[in-house]
Amino acid sequence: MDYSIMIGGQAGQGLQTIGSVLAKLFSRSGFHVFTHQDYMSRIRGGHNFYQVRFSDHPLSSSRSLVDILIALDKTTVEEHRDSMAPGGFIVYDPDTVKEDYEGEGFLGVPFRKIAMDAAGNRLMENTVAVGAALGMLGMGLKTLDELLTETFARKGREVVDQNLVAAKAGADFARENCGDCRFAVPGTTATAPRRMLLDGTAAVGLGALMSGCRFYAAYPMTPSTGVMNFMADQSRKHSLVVEQAEDEIAAINMAIGASFAGVRSMTGTAGGGFALMVEGLSLAAMTETPVVIFVGQRPAPATGFPTRTEQGDLLNLAHASHGEFPRIVLAPGSPEQAFYLTGKAFDLAEKYQVPAFILSDQYLADTEWTLDGLDPGKINYQDYRVRAGDLEKMEIYRRHAYTETGISPLAEPGASRHLVVTDSDEHDEDGHLVEDAETRNRMVDKRLLRKLPLIRDEISPPLLHGAENPETVVCGWGSTYGVMKEAVDQLSESASIAMLHFSEILPFPGTKVFDYLEVLRSAKNTVCVENNATSQFARLMRAETGFEFGSHVNRYDGRPFLLDELLEELGNPSADVPEEGEAGV
Amino acid sequence: MFRKKVKPVSELEEFRGQNPAWCPGCGNLQILRAFKLAMVELGIKPHELTIVSGIGQAGKFPHYTRCNTFNGLHGRTLPVAQAIHLVNHDMRVLAVAGDGDCYGEGGNHLLHAMRRNLDVTVFVHDNQVYGLTKGQASPTTDEGMVTGTQPFGVLYEPMNPMALAVAMDCSFVARGFSGNQEQLQKLMQAALEHKGFALIDILQNCVTFNKLNTFQWYKERCYPVGPEHDSSDREAAFRMALEFGDRIPTGIIYRHPRHTLEEALPEIANREPLVHQPFSQEDVAGELERYY
Ligand SMILES: Cc1ncc(C[n+]2csc(CCOP(=O)(O)OP(=O)(O)O)c2C)c(N)n1
Ligand code: SF4
Repeated sequence: MDYSIMIGGQAGQGLQTIGSVLAKLFSRSGFHVFTHQDYMSRIRGGHNFYQVRFSDHPLSSSRSLVDILIALDKTTVEEHRDSMAPGGFIVYDPDTVKEDYEGEGFLGVPFRKIAMDAAGNRLMENTVAVGAALGMLGMGLKTLDELLTETFARKGREVVDQNLVAAKAGADFARENCGDCRFAVPGTTATAPRRMLLDGTAAVGLGALMSGCRFYAAYPMTPSTGVMNFMADQSRKHSLVVEQAEDEIAAINMAIGASFAGVRSMTGTAGGGFALMVEGLSLAAMTETPVVIFVGQRPAPATGFPTRTEQGDLLNLAHASHGEFPRIVLAPGSPEQAFYLTGKAFDLAEKYQVPAFILSDQYLADTEWTLDGLDPGKINYQDYRVRAGDLEKMEIYRRHAYTETGISPLAEPGASRHLVVTDSDEHDEDGHLVEDAETRNRMVDKRLLRKLPLIRDEISPPLLHGAENPETVVCGWGSTYGVMKEAVDQLSESASIAMLHFSEILPFPGTKVFDYLEVLRSAKNTVCVENNATSQFARLMRAETGFEFGSHVNRYDGRPFLLDELLEELGNPSADVPEEGEAGV
Repeated sequence: MFRKKVKPVSELEEFRGQNPAWCPGCGNLQILRAFKLAMVELGIKPHELTIVSGIGQAGKFPHYTRCNTFNGLHGRTLPVAQAIHLVNHDMRVLAVAGDGDCYGEGGNHLLHAMRRNLDVTVFVHDNQVYGLTKGQASPTTDEGMVTGTQPFGVLYEPMNPMALAVAMDCSFVARGFSGNQEQLQKLMQAALEHKGFALIDILQNCVTFNKLNTFQWYKERCYPVGPEHDSSDREAAFRMALEFGDRIPTGIIYRHPRHTLEEALPEIANREPLVHQPFSQEDVAGELERYY
């Protein structure tokens, strides 16, 4: 069983509510769920959709075929009618869509009229739509009842009941009028596992929270704003200050100031905002102030496609800033990875006093996945700073003292008589500015050359998934993880294929623990899948390891890879000889 | 000559930093001296203060005294300074900047620091020129001054930081002059004691690059505002702020005590500084529940 429901309509029509209720409902009912959203950069109107895929086996991507399309407007019908799966249905309200579609695969449900008749409230039309979907799927309303009760508990029983009546009316109507519906959803059992439903944004926020993040400064920019909202919401309950800075330059300088003062801090932005932060990145490096920077990619250059997705900023992050210094770039492929890697970013940033990035994108930010649970205990929380008592006990304190590891004691200013001094100019061990060549050399050795190998040892190797000695290796990084995994799983049934996924990218993983280069070199076909036009990861790979991929699959229209499309691309990888210059490598 | 209550010399010694690399006769030297005396007078120990500075001659200031120091980027003193205070409101924070640094490169940050009104003080060493980069015009350079980068002379009017600050309803606005040590020290003390964002624009001569606004030039024009000036009267403050020419008033121009951000922000208001509030993963782990 593997169904995909799409809700489409204009911004402001409430399709998000319908989508998220259904997603949570399927998750609560014990199914695996994967959702993804596609919206335009506007608050009202336009054409948006929310796709919910659910199944009894794990999911990690979206399919292009739709089983039930809930069309809230005519455009949705026109845009997606060609994507219907065999036996699929387009559900619509003939009154709003102002059209009566004849023939197979259409189910007219007067959402608004039913809402008025059953609940006496036209605001319930979306609940009628949810009910209609459940009715077609032959699912009961018990879980919906629980969900509505939780959601509207504050608004009182009456609102819950009204919603329930509306849902039931929708379900009844669908059941009576959709004799051709052939959907078979297995009944849920009381032992259905308890699952989380989490998107990439909340995962990053939760990871930061569990890592002891105390300060978040940012300037809103899609798709990073969700993390800021999450943190702001948490600041009502937990010790955390969230400041909306006047610009991204201020945001990163604030995050650095807060970290200097002694708390874990973070900033977040998209590529355009990061462009403004670049000087601050270098400041964090020179002053060895830990900072975590979340970058949500979206298509660029300039303002690009504000609400769409791309993996176009990897090389920018790898090289941004003047000067040479170590940086950590972690690119999660799923909400689960986003949670743990955010934890890792905080841990490593503070342990090594370097900037650490979480590189995500619009697609991962919004996709929701079901997962069995998250374990905060697996996020290493250790306060690496020298605090009051211990600081007082030190005879002398030097912020930038030379050490074997290059890591100097990071103290909290004001906690003792010792002064904490740092400088964006080259400085001595005490943090005072200098101009001599010898100190410069020692400081570069300390900041960069000593630390870098230690940090590299902390970086996990890429994940190999699929055949043991694969003939074909599909390689990728970040948010393409889910779709590559499902594609490889399916192709594995008939081919010797595996996936190599990088979620920890810089410092580029070594081969000590796992010689992934050997796997690549032994394969007949190597394909690099990227959501960008110039195969940035492949270029990085070549620069770092000398390895060159046999072929490339690139998508750069602002949309994510969908499962069926990728399957088609990878279907016969050996035939996919790269055209000269095609990928720009 | 400046005279003050006798205090042990050792206290002033506590603020002795590196030897300044400023030109002999530079106004920065006098500002530094007034600052040290103010600190001694206020009884603040070096480790109880963090100075955040930017880049420029003025930016080197914290190295020439002793205190916690974050010498950051050109123009970016205020975001750093404010964040330090937000997470540790027990820490006294002073931002030190040049006129180019604070009014040029960092102008936007100044506007928003005045709005936020955190308890942060800023000294702007206003020599009406870029010192460190050798004499280009700054936002406060007088119209007509010829420099290497302004061969036809500055073609537009200087900005008026005092009028800007009054317009922004900045909670403490003062002007000092490096040549009036006694008043400057008092102003610094008042600014550091003031609860809220405090700006002191300190007129300072640059002996090397500003041959127009010399020590003598300032000396002839600067006059202390009299006791009749009501610094809580915004209109009077405006008039005073607009006076810059043959006569230049120095002293507290405007004062508007109002609530600070740290007093309004529930996470820190009437609580321990954020940096000292305990953290345990258990306290936050419950947040995962919402996603089941
Ligand atoms: C981003 C950036 N731009 C330019 C500079 C070069 N720069 C250093 S100091 C300075 C101007 C200093 O003038 P001001 O702030 O008035 O300070 P002063 O030296 O006069 O004390 C400039 C332009 C820099 N360090 N960083
Ligand atoms: S150049 Fe001007 S501002 Fe710089 S040290 Fe010399 S006199 Fe002072």
